[in-house]
Amino acid sequence: MKKNNETLPKKNPLSLQLDVSKFELATEDEKFLQQRMRPSTTFFKDGMRRLSRNKIAMTCLCILIVIVLIVTFVPMFYPYDYSTQLGITPGQPVDGSFKNLKPFEYSSTELARIEAGEKIFPHIFGTDALGRDYAIRVIYGTRISLIVGLFASIIVLIIGTIYGSISGYYGGKVDLVMMRIVDIIYSLPDLLMIILFSVVLKQTLNLEGTVLEKLGVGMISIFIVFALLYWVGMARLIRGQILTIKQQDYVLAARSIGAKGSHIIRRHMLPNCISVIIISTALQIPSAIFTESFLSFMGLGVSMPMPSLGSLASEAIDGYASYPYRLIIPAIAICLIVLSLNLLGDGLRDAFDPKLKK
Amino acid sequence: MSEKKLLEVKHLKQHFDVPSGLKTLKLKAVDDVTFDIHEGETLGLVGESGCGKTTVGRSILQLYKPTAGEVYFDGELIQGKKTIREFRKKAQMVFQDPYSSLDPRMTVSDIIGEPLDVHKLYSNRAERDEKIKYLMDLVGLSSEHASRYAHEFSGGQRQRIGIARALAVDPKFIVCDEPVSALDVSIQAQVVNMFEDLQAKLGLTYLFIAHDLLVVKHISTRIAVMYLGKMIEIGPANEVYHNPIHPYTISLLSAVPVPDPNIARANKRIHLEGDVPSPLHMPSGCPFRTRCPRACAECAESMPELKEVRPGHFVACHKAEG
Repeated sequence: MKKNNETLPKKNPLSLQLDVSKFELATEDEKFLQQRMRPSTTFFKDGMRRLSRNKIAMTCLCILIVIVLIVTFVPMFYPYDYSTQLGITPGQPVDGSFKNLKPFEYSSTELARIEAGEKIFPHIFGTDALGRDYAIRVIYGTRISLIVGLFASIIVLIIGTIYGSISGYYGGKVDLVMMRIVDIIYSLPDLLMIILFSVVLKQTLNLEGTVLEKLGVGMISIFIVFALLYWVGMARLIRGQILTIKQQDYVLAARSIGAKGSHIIRRHMLPNCISVIIISTALQIPSAIFTESFLSFMGLGVSMPMPSLGSLASEAIDGYASYPYRLIIPAIAICLIVLSLNLLGDGLRDAFDPKLKK
Repeated sequence: MSEKKLLEVKHLKQHFDVPSGLKTLKLKAVDDVTFDIHEGETLGLVGESGCGKTTVGRSILQLYKPTAGEVYFDGELIQGKKTIREFRKKAQMVFQDPYSSLDPRMTVSDIIGEPLDVHKLYSNRAERDEKIKYLMDLVGLSSEHASRYAHEFSGGQRQRIGIARALAVDPKFIVCDEPVSALDVSIQAQVVNMFEDLQAKLGLTYLFIAHDLLVVKHISTRIAVMYLGKMIEIGPANEVYHNPIHPYTISLLSAVPVPDPNIARANKRIHLEGDVPSPLHMPSGCPFRTRCPRACAECAESMPELKEVRPGHFVACHKAEG
């Protein structure tokens, strides 16, 4: 060390000056080792990575996946059917012992068959007043509620996105007229509209013989109401986003290239508000489920014998004192689905909203 | 440089409506501007913020519908949807902000390929990829970066992507809207040199908008100066830079920083009185008269026309003398 120092000016012992001789040039191999190319990441991957770190959201996602799997596959091999009244066989006297069974209780005929050595699947949640297995009814009801939530959200998504982006992109007078229509629809009391619709539709819609018959007028009217009323929130949200994106230079650049309006909306504007779309759709599903449950509870939803979580709860009210679990089970199911979806929606917003990026 | 006029702008006016209470005021962003750009030259357009430089560029490219006036390109009047669509293949734009002018959700190859998609300039996928690779090479980007997103690049590289996008349609004319203002000085030099190389290689014509006079002097064949929506001086770059005639240009040039402190101290900076008048309430006559040291009664009455004071050097000032 000392040898090298002779060529340099004498150093103050307290100086912090670095000793040049202690450094050596990096070889090419070492330089190569220092190169770190960050792997190219897409917006979606980045968001999913952040979502997967959110424990609450991931738990909710798991709960939802389990629920979806149960409602999809369990009815396939479940020994009972949601509409079959047990104990009623054509040509034989009615067996009243199947009615109002408690969870895991067997009817007297079933007990007799078990005595004889037969294996019988238990009624996990018991049976209802008409002798129908309650567990399968809850599973079926959950399925209906989820379907309503999903489809209503998709309807809202499609109409809201198209309407909002057109209104936002063209602006000016087009925007003014389109947004006043939204304001009018927004100001209508939605529950009143739903009740009126289901009453009117029940009388005017003729569904006999069509595929839709099975769904029932109640369900159809819920979909129609969602299609007519609930898209306004989404349309406003999308319009707001589009208005911001419209100011960006890359939209002007696309115009200077000669791109048409539809191209710009599809290629630039919608991809840039996809985070808002994902989040609000995720939050729309629970609100749709809740509305459906509420309507079914009031007797305006799905038609008998098809169950939904709301109608199950509504029926359970009558025998509440004797069979409280019949009210609690669908209520828990509603809570679980709505809460999970809401928390997942929150997680999605945290993960995909660039403004909340840490 | 040929004498052929590539672009002619005649009495271009661009007014915007600004609602103010119950009335609507007219904002005259560009007011009666006339100039030509010759084939193969670079016209530098300078002026302070808000004087309408950018608006001129955008109006020429028909990104705003001009209130009045005509734009001729290659002798053809730009009007109507069909002509404008054809015009978009010949005239392109490079934007000021390399951050907001690239879509964050698109890969580099999609950004550069977008003009090709819009005008359907390829017959198959391979041809498109080939063309994108060529364009990336042209602006000095490695073609390995094609699948990356714009946010993964630095400012200078992003500006190169923007230039590659503008070049995709093989344009003859490019409006460069302050393309180097957002970059730091060392990168500015690279990008400006690239503009010059591309001009030599592809025979491009530029309208180079900037507020940095040194950059403009370096790249331009001719310089045009704007003040409050009006063109006040236009002429060969050296002539305007060394012998400015309009009092505004003189004061503008006196504000150019000189890297030598001795010279800088010796130079007298001309300070203008007052502020730029609001373009909503323009002064009568010459817009500069409120701050002009030479203003007289005549200036308040009429707007001076551009007149040729020296060969090729036009000035809009009543007091201008050769």
